[in-house]
Amino acid sequence: MGLEAIIVFFISGIVFVGGAMIASNLLAPKSKNAYKDDPYECGLPTEGPTHVQFKVGYYLFAILFLVFDVEMVFLVPWAVVMKSIGGIALLEALIFLIILGLGLLYAWKKKALVWE
Amino acid sequence: MYDFTDLVRSIHESLVASLSPGMAALVEWIIIGAIFLGFFALLGLVLVYVERKVCAFFQLRLGPMRVGFWGTAQTLADTLKLLLKEPIMNKRADKFLFNFAPFIIIISSLIVLSVTPFAPGLQAFDINIGLFFVIAISSIGVVGILLAGWASNNKYSLIGAMRSGAQIVSYELSVGLALMTMVVLTGSLQLSEIIASQADGWWIFKGHIPAFIAFVLFIVASTAEVNRGPFDLAEAESELTAGFHTEYSGMKFAFFFLAEFVNMFIVAVIAATVFLGGWMPFHIGGLDGFNQIMDFIPPILWFFGKVAFIIFLMMWFKWTFPRLRIDQLLTLEWKYLLPLNLMNIVLMAFVVYMGWYFGN
Repeated sequence: MGLEAIIVFFISGIVFVGGAMIASNLLAPKSKNAYKDDPYECGLPTEGPTHVQFKVGYYLFAILFLVFDVEMVFLVPWAVVMKSIGGIALLEALIFLIILGLGLLYAWKKKALVWE
Repeated sequence: MYDFTDLVRSIHESLVASLSPGMAALVEWIIIGAIFLGFFALLGLVLVYVERKVCAFFQLRLGPMRVGFWGTAQTLADTLKLLLKEPIMNKRADKFLFNFAPFIIIISSLIVLSVTPFAPGLQAFDINIGLFFVIAISSIGVVGILLAGWASNNKYSLIGAMRSGAQIVSYELSVGLALMTMVVLTGSLQLSEIIASQADGWWIFKGHIPAFIAFVLFIVASTAEVNRGPFDLAEAESELTAGFHTEYSGMKFAFFFLAEFVNMFIVAVIAATVFLGGWMPFHIGGLDGFNQIMDFIPPILWFFGKVAFIIFLMMWFKWTFPRLRIDQLLTLEWKYLLPLNLMNIVLMAFVVYMGWYFGN
C-alpha cells in the first residue's frame, strides 16, 4: 500500500471508536441522578475550581523537550547518510552534539532539571 | 518457503480481474482495515489476559481461572461488560473534547500498527521513512491524554494528564535518539530494509557495545513512554485514583486501556525489528545444520516470539520494581538517559566510521 494507507487506517480508527461508542450508547442502561454527574472526588463534593494550577516546572521540561526534540529531528537525515559520507559527517555531528550537550549542562547548572 | 508475497499478489490479482480498478482498490482497503481492526481488538484481549496471568504468577497466584479454559475468555467477558456499562459524563466536562480524546489515542496507535512487518511480504504499509513515521505518529497520542485530562474537569485527571505529558515527551527523546543510533548503523529508515540488512546477524550482535547500550536505553525509555510500571505514576492508584482517565467509564475507558496495551505491542515490534532482526531467524555463522533447523521455523513465529519476549520483559519490570517518584523519573531521563544517549550516538558514529562492526 502507498500513502493512502494513512487515510484507510484513519477511517478504520474512526469506525472502530465511533461504532463502539454508538453501540455502547444503544445497549447500555441510562438513569439520571444529580450526584452521578458530579466530578469524581472520592465521594466528596468538589471544592473550588477543578482546573487547578499546576507546577511551573512542567513548562520548563516542555521547553527543554522542544529543543532536544528538534535536535533529534535534525539528526535523522544525518543518521541515514552517515555511513556513505563518513568522516566529515562524524565531525559535524560531533560539533552539533557538543553545542547541545553544553546547553544541557547549562540547564543542569541553572537547576532547571531539579524538581522541587 | 514461508513468503507471503505470492499470496498477497494472487489475492490482489484475483480482485483486479473480477472488479473494476477503483472497486478492487476499495475492497482491498476495506479488507486491510477490517483485518487490522480485528487484530487490534484481539491484541487487546490477549495482552490483557497475558498481563493478568503474568502478574498472578509473579505473585504466586493463579489469576483468572473461571471463565473458559484457564480463564481465557475472561477478557472477552470483561469487554462485553464494559460495552454494557452506562456511559457517565460529569456535568462540568467539555463534552466534545471528552468524546474526542479516545479517537486521537486509538487512531494514532492504529496508524502506527500499520507499519508492523509480520513476515516477508506481510506488511500493510512499508513507508520509506518507517522509523521516523513511527516516532512522529506515536507522539500524537500524548495530545489525546492531555485532552482527556483537561476535558474531564477533574483535579485528579488534570494532574495525572500533566504528569503523563511531562513523562511521555521527556522519554520520547531517549526513544528517538536510541533509534537514531541504530539508524546510523542501518543507513535506512525503512523497516523492511532494516530487516533485510540483518540477514547475516541481528544488529544487537553485529553492532557491538553501542548497539547493546542503545537496546537497554530503548527498552527503559519506551517502558516509560507507554506509561507502564515502574513508570506508571500518571495513574498511580494510591494518589490519583486513575490519573487522566478517572472520569471515563464503560467503552471510553476501555479505549484508553486498549491503547496502552497496543502501544506496548508497538514498542516491542520496533525493538524486535531494529535490534533483534524482525522475522529473521537466529543464525550462527559456520553451523549450517543449526542454521537450517532455524530456517525451518516460519518467520511469523520468529517475529511473534521476539515480540512476546520483549512484552514479557516489560511485564517483568512492572511486577518487580516499585514505582518511581516524579522527580526521580525526570532525573533518570534528563541526567542519565539523555546524556548517555548523546554519548552513545557519537560512539556509534565512530564505530561505523572505523568499520568496527560485523557484516560491513
